[in-house]
Amino acid sequence: MTVTSATTVTSPTTTTGGPAGAARRTGGPFALSHLDALESEAVHIFREVGGEFERPVILFSGGKDSIVMLHLALKAFAPAPVPFSLLHVDTGHNFPEVLEFRDRTAARHGLRLHVASVQEFIDAGTLRERPDGTRNPLQTVPLLDAIETHRFDAVFGGGRRDEEKARAKERVFSLRDEFGGWDPRRQRPELWQLYNGRHSPGEHVRVFPLSNWTELDVWQYIARERIELPAIYYAHEREVFSRNGMWLAPGEWGGPKEGEPVERRRVRYRTVGDMSCTGAVDSGAGTIEAVIAEIAASRLTERGATRADDKLSEAAMEDRKREGYF
Amino acid sequence: MSSTDTDPAGPAGLPDGGDATLLRFATAGSVDDGKSTLVGRLLHDSKSVLADQLEAVEHASRSRGKEAPDLALLTDGLRAEREQGITIDVAYRYFATPRRRFILADTPGHVQYTRNMVTGASTAELAVVLVDARNGVVEQTRRHAAVAALLRVPHVVLAVNKMDLAGYQESVFAAIAEEFTAFAAALGVPEITAIPISALAGDNVVTPSATMDWYGGPTVLEHLETVPVTTDPAGEPVRFPVQYVIRPQTADHPDYRGYAGQLASGVLRVGDPVTVLPSGRTSTVAAIDALGEPAEAAWAPQSVTVLLDDDLDISRGDMIVTTATAPDVTRDVEATVCHLHDRPLTVGARVLLKHTTRTVKAIVKDIPSRLSLAESGGDGGPARHPAPGELGANDIGRVVLRTSEPLALDPYAVSRRTGSFLLIDPADGTTLTAGMSGDAFPDAAPGPDGNNGNGPGGEHDGDGWDF
Repeated sequence: MTVTSATTVTSPTTTTGGPAGAARRTGGPFALSHLDALESEAVHIFREVGGEFERPVILFSGGKDSIVMLHLALKAFAPAPVPFSLLHVDTGHNFPEVLEFRDRTAARHGLRLHVASVQEFIDAGTLRERPDGTRNPLQTVPLLDAIETHRFDAVFGGGRRDEEKARAKERVFSLRDEFGGWDPRRQRPELWQLYNGRHSPGEHVRVFPLSNWTELDVWQYIARERIELPAIYYAHEREVFSRNGMWLAPGEWGGPKEGEPVERRRVRYRTVGDMSCTGAVDSGAGTIEAVIAEIAASRLTERGATRADDKLSEAAMEDRKREGYF
Repeated sequence: MSSTDTDPAGPAGLPDGGDATLLRFATAGSVDDGKSTLVGRLLHDSKSVLADQLEAVEHASRSRGKEAPDLALLTDGLRAEREQGITIDVAYRYFATPRRRFILADTPGHVQYTRNMVTGASTAELAVVLVDARNGVVEQTRRHAAVAALLRVPHVVLAVNKMDLAGYQESVFAAIAEEFTAFAAALGVPEITAIPISALAGDNVVTPSATMDWYGGPTVLEHLETVPVTTDPAGEPVRFPVQYVIRPQTADHPDYRGYAGQLASGVLRVGDPVTVLPSGRTSTVAAIDALGEPAEAAWAPQSVTVLLDDDLDISRGDMIVTTATAPDVTRDVEATVCHLHDRPLTVGARVLLKHTTRTVKAIVKDIPSRLSLAESGGDGGPARHPAPGELGANDIGRVVLRTSEPLALDPYAVSRRTGSFLLIDPADGTTLTAGMSGDAFPDAAPGPDGNNGNGPGGEHDGDGWDF
């Protein structure tokens, strides 16, 4: 098996068997496996938003975390359709195969896909290209513009607390002011499973259903649910070049520069984002089982291995979030 | 460089096929007690601190003039926390062993951050309270134990740390464990496990101590791995707050009408006679849809969709319960609360009350007392100060509320999920107060001057550690 081919609505292979099927687990006949517990929590979060907000939207990039989010949303509201639309902030430097996957997935589930384009903002003169060519920080303005234009009041993001230490402090329901900003000192305490989504006109709430998931949980869940992913998450031959200790893929975004020789390597992506700052890792993991084994043995975090934008400073993520980033 | 840089020795927390259970726990204690060292050792020895994280911490430590890596920098994620060298907010950490996945809520210990400890404890199934073996039980220890008791954390671990500085003496450990167990039990903590450790030297954290052969119990990690995570939901009343009504109205499902929610407690079975609250209408469970698969039964905390035999008017905020275990509904709420916001809570305040999926208007009718968790009320419970007039940030107190609509509220002692609520400011949506229905502690009569007494340690000054 390489890339799994089942659709996103496949049935789970465990759960619901009743006490007999669960008896082998630690904690008695009614204990849930950790994946069942995380799934139940995420579904609860989706339904809370469905019940309390007018115009929610799911940030959907075609990356694995957003694919898992959509899968959970489909399960939360089945057999009815997901009552949310999708939003992608396209930097203009995204992987073509991921964009194709994004469009195909939205169409298959009959969901409306909004695309906020960084390129359009650059063309209109509202945003300017950065000297380093990285467009990741430029996503905030188109994102906030789309939220305002479509009057989205809840925005689901795939952020996980294990990814980064500023994210580790963010609430599941994270209130943003009319400028989209996050103020870590003024966060609402979040107790029990009681989420407070009240907000004033102009404000919105970012919602993170995968807050308590780790990278390994996401992959184990993808395996259990047989969720299809873009092929670049699995090992493949690709032309890459080295920059700042990362393997970047050449493309229209501008790489490589002089003195950056291109070579062919067997790689895969642990995260999928803007091509200018998302690195591939050397890998022979062509199947999901191999990917899980590789992640479990990895000595580097997901973002540490693959994201140049977080290496800018100790507080890079916190600073971007304060300005309205994901 | 860009390789995945795998560890040839192999990982500690290997994949388990997804069948490991999940334990949520909280740690309480100050930096001086060695909490960061304990957390750091748990993360490090379970190989949850990865090379790039450790490198970042080492770099940041050096730039602050420290020689050894400061593991607190792993969890102090905010700029303000690193600049001030203190933990302000709850930090969540994730680690795994082959037996279990752990979500650790690392909470600041100081009195002014009590609300954060309350937050971390609200979802914890276990709390680790740290004491320094040289200092024994101090006011802060008593406060941490009281918060665990107040929030009904089922399991409490007393970690007596720095045993290396106390000569690894059994008598030191035994005296502290005895004193702690006595007052924690009086507060209503159901299960206490005391473990002598040295987080710095590694004794009894992950590996058994080579020095303290007089101790035959589990290490901290062994205990975390084996403690039962759930009570038996079969013995609990069935509570199913309705989150959302699923009505596809499509050609495939023209008549489907399902009530989506998460079981808050108990085991619900197809065929169970049920009552819908607050209306009191009755029906029978026709089917349970467990996220795409039909099921004969569902239990807390599963998210499912319930279908009933009768077409009733049910919407978000209603609660489906088994008729045999139906609670009374009420508009008069007595509760113990922790006030969270800097604006005080006052008698007469008009607020919103969010209970499960239901939000109603409420008025604060009375604030009969404020509790000092670090002070004993003489009967095991905390000291009560009558008629405080208002509750400030971090204050714990008793309140009486009247709601605009009836609530199916259980005592918090019966169900953490359906006995808890939030008070919210209707003007701006701010979360003001965390509430726990019913009596939190064994009943205590106020002393003559409203400030009656000292803890078993007898080391409090006059005003103690008021919240």
